[in-house]
Amino acid sequence: MTSVIERPSAPQSPHTPSLASRLKPNLETLPTLAAIVIFVGMIIYGEIAYGRILQFSTLSNLFINNAYLIILAVGLTFVILTGGVDLSVGAIIAISSLVGVMLANAGWNPFVVIVLMILIGSAFGAASGILIQYFNVQPFIATLAMMFLARGLASMLSTTPERLADESPIRTLSTEIKVIDGPKINDLVTTPNVIIAAVVVIVAFYVLHKTRFGRTVYAIGGSEQSATLMGLPVVRTKLAIYIISGTLAGLAAVVYTSKLGIAQNITGVGWELDAIAAVIIGGTLLTGGAGFVLGSVIGALVLGLMNVLITRDGSIPPEATTIITGAILLVFVLLQRLVVSRKRKT
Amino acid sequence: MSNTSSGAASFLKTSVKQPYIWAIAALVLLLIINLIKDPTYLGISVNAVTGDLSGNLIDILRASAPIMMIAVGMTLVIATRGIDLSVGSVMAVSGAVSMEFMHDAGDGSLGSALMAIALALGISAFLGLINGVLVSIVGLQPFITTLIMMLAGRGLAKVITSGQNTSASNEFFRWIANGTVLGFPVVFLIGAVIVALVALLVRRSALGLMIESIGINPKAARMAGIRPVGLLIFVYILSAVLAGVAGIFSTASVMTVEVAKTGFSSEMDAILAVVIGGTSLAGGKFSLTGSVIGALLIATLDKTIVFLAIPSSATPAFKAIVIVAICLLQSQRVRALFSQRRARTSTPRKEAVSA
Repeated sequence: MTSVIERPSAPQSPHTPSLASRLKPNLETLPTLAAIVIFVGMIIYGEIAYGRILQFSTLSNLFINNAYLIILAVGLTFVILTGGVDLSVGAIIAISSLVGVMLANAGWNPFVVIVLMILIGSAFGAASGILIQYFNVQPFIATLAMMFLARGLASMLSTTPERLADESPIRTLSTEIKVIDGPKINDLVTTPNVIIAAVVVIVAFYVLHKTRFGRTVYAIGGSEQSATLMGLPVVRTKLAIYIISGTLAGLAAVVYTSKLGIAQNITGVGWELDAIAAVIIGGTLLTGGAGFVLGSVIGALVLGLMNVLITRDGSIPPEATTIITGAILLVFVLLQRLVVSRKRKT
Repeated sequence: MSNTSSGAASFLKTSVKQPYIWAIAALVLLLIINLIKDPTYLGISVNAVTGDLSGNLIDILRASAPIMMIAVGMTLVIATRGIDLSVGSVMAVSGAVSMEFMHDAGDGSLGSALMAIALALGISAFLGLINGVLVSIVGLQPFITTLIMMLAGRGLAKVITSGQNTSASNEFFRWIANGTVLGFPVVFLIGAVIVALVALLVRRSALGLMIESIGINPKAARMAGIRPVGLLIFVYILSAVLAGVAGIFSTASVMTVEVAKTGFSSEMDAILAVVIGGTSLAGGKFSLTGSVIGALLIATLDKTIVFLAIPSSATPAFKAIVIVAICLLQSQRVRALFSQRRARTSTPRKEAVSA
C-alpha cells in the first residue's frame, strides 16, 4: 500500500532524502494542529468557565507537574515512530526511583545516584531491545516482560513508601526559580526539572528531524523491510530507540523523585498508558512512520490540563476521569483515521 | 515431514515442535519445585462427608478459571491480528454490575443472581460490540481501540458503584465460585465447558479457519470472499463476554467488587497465557489448547509464589522470567542453536531452512 503511494512521487522529489515527511505535510500535521487547537480551546474554556487558568502560576504548575510525563512521551515517540511500543516505562520509574532514594538515603553521592538511576533505565531498555532485535520477540511482549521484571524487582526492594531526605541534593532539581515576579503568588516559576524536560524535547526534535538517525527512525516506521533493503542500519537503530526510551524513563524517574521526594514500588502504575495517550493525542500514528515530538509535548500538556480542569470543575466525579481521557483519546484517533483514509484516496 | 525410522526421536522432535511444550515443561518444573518444598504438595484429599476434593491442585484449577476465560477470548482476538486490552476493565464492569444489582435487589434469591449474571454479560457484550465496531467498521487499530475501552471501562466500573467497593450476599452467586460438583470446583467445570464449547464452535465449523485467514493475510482473505466485519465483531464480543464471565468468577469468590483492583492487569496475564501457549501476536494460527495450558501455568505460578512465602507483589518478576525464558526457547535463533547441535551429534543430514 505504501509502495503504491511512493512510486509515482519518487521521481518528483529527487533532492529530498526524507521524502516521506515532505510529501504530505499538510495532512500529516493535521492531527498535531488539532491537538494544539484543542489545547488552546481547553485553556480558553477553562478561563471562561472557572477563571484563573490563563495566568502564570497555573501555567507554570502545568509544566512543573507534567515534566516527567513530557520526558516519557518524548521517549515513547521514538519507539512508536518505528511502529513499536514500550510498556515498561512506568515500572522503570518505580525501580529507578526506589533504588535512587534508597541509595541516596544510604549516603551515596547524589551525582552518582542520579547517573545510576538513569543507567537503570538504559539497562532495561537495552534488555527490551536485545529481546526484540536478536530474539524476534514482539515489542509488546518484550517490554511487557521488562515491565513485570522492573515492577517485581521494585516490590522485592520495598513495598512501603521510601522518603527522600528533605536536605538531599537531589531535591534541588525541584527548587522553584522565579522568572517573572508577578503580583501576589502569580509568578512565572520554573524548576531545573522543567529545564531538563525542555532540553530533552529540543535534543529529541533535533535528532529526529535533522540527523540521519532520525530519518532512519521514520524510515523504519514507514516500512522496516524497505529500510533494510535500502541499507539503513535498522538493527542498530531499533536497539538504540529502546535504549533511548528506557534512558528517558530513568531520567523521568529522577525528575519525579526530586519533585515528590517519595518512591514506592507502585509508583508509575499505568503511566506507560498516559505516555502512549500523550503521543497519540499529539498526532503520532501508532503504526509508525509519521508524527512529531512537539505533538507529544502538546499531548502531555492536554492530559495535564484536563486534570486541572476536572479538579477545578469539581462537579465531575473523580471516578469519571478515565472515561473523559478515553473519550478525548477516541476523538483524536477518529481524527487520525479520517486523515489516513483521506490520504489513501488521494 | 521426516521418516519414522527412530520412533522415539521423531516423537521427541514433533513434541518439541509444539510451541506449548515449553509451557508444559515449565508447569511440571513449578510443580516439582513445590514438591521439593513440601512432598505432600500434590496430594488430593477427599472429604468423606461432602465428597469434595481438596488440595493444592484443586486450588490451582479454581484460580485458573478466570484467566482461562479471558485467555480463550484473547486467543481468538489475537488470531485476527488484534489485541484486547480491555478485558481487565470489562471484568471490573461485569463484577460491578452484578454486585450492584444484587446489592440493590437485596433478597439473595436465585432469580436476582441469574438476572445479575444476564445483566453483567449483556453489558460486557455491548462493550465488546463497541470494540468490534470501532475495529472493523471504523477501522481503528485494535491496540488503541481497546486501550480506550480499558480506560473508559475502568471509569465506568467506578461510576456504577460510585467509587465504592460494593458487596452483596447471594447463595447461588457465591456457589459459582466456591461450590463443588462431583468434588470439582464449579468455576473450573463451567470454565472447562465454556472452553470446550468455544473450541467446538471454532474448530468444528469454518469459523476458526476464517479467523486464522484474516490473521494470516487480510487482503487474501477478503479476496477469497471472507467478510472480516462480522467475524471481527464476533471475536471482540466473544472476548468481552468471556471477560464478563471471568469478572463474575473473580467477584463471586469474595462477593465483593474492588473497582480499582478487580481484573487489574488481567489483560497482561491473558496475553501472556496466549503467547506462552504458542499463538503469535502477529496473528494467524492459534492454539486454544496452548492458551489453556498458559492459563494453568500462570495460575500455578501465582500459587507457587504464595506457597514459597515470597511476597505476592514480587510475582511480576517471576512472570517476567517465565516469559523471557519461553520467548527465548521459541525464538528462531535459539532453535537454530539447538538444531545445529543435534545435526552435529547425529548423522549428517540435509540442512534445514536457515533462520
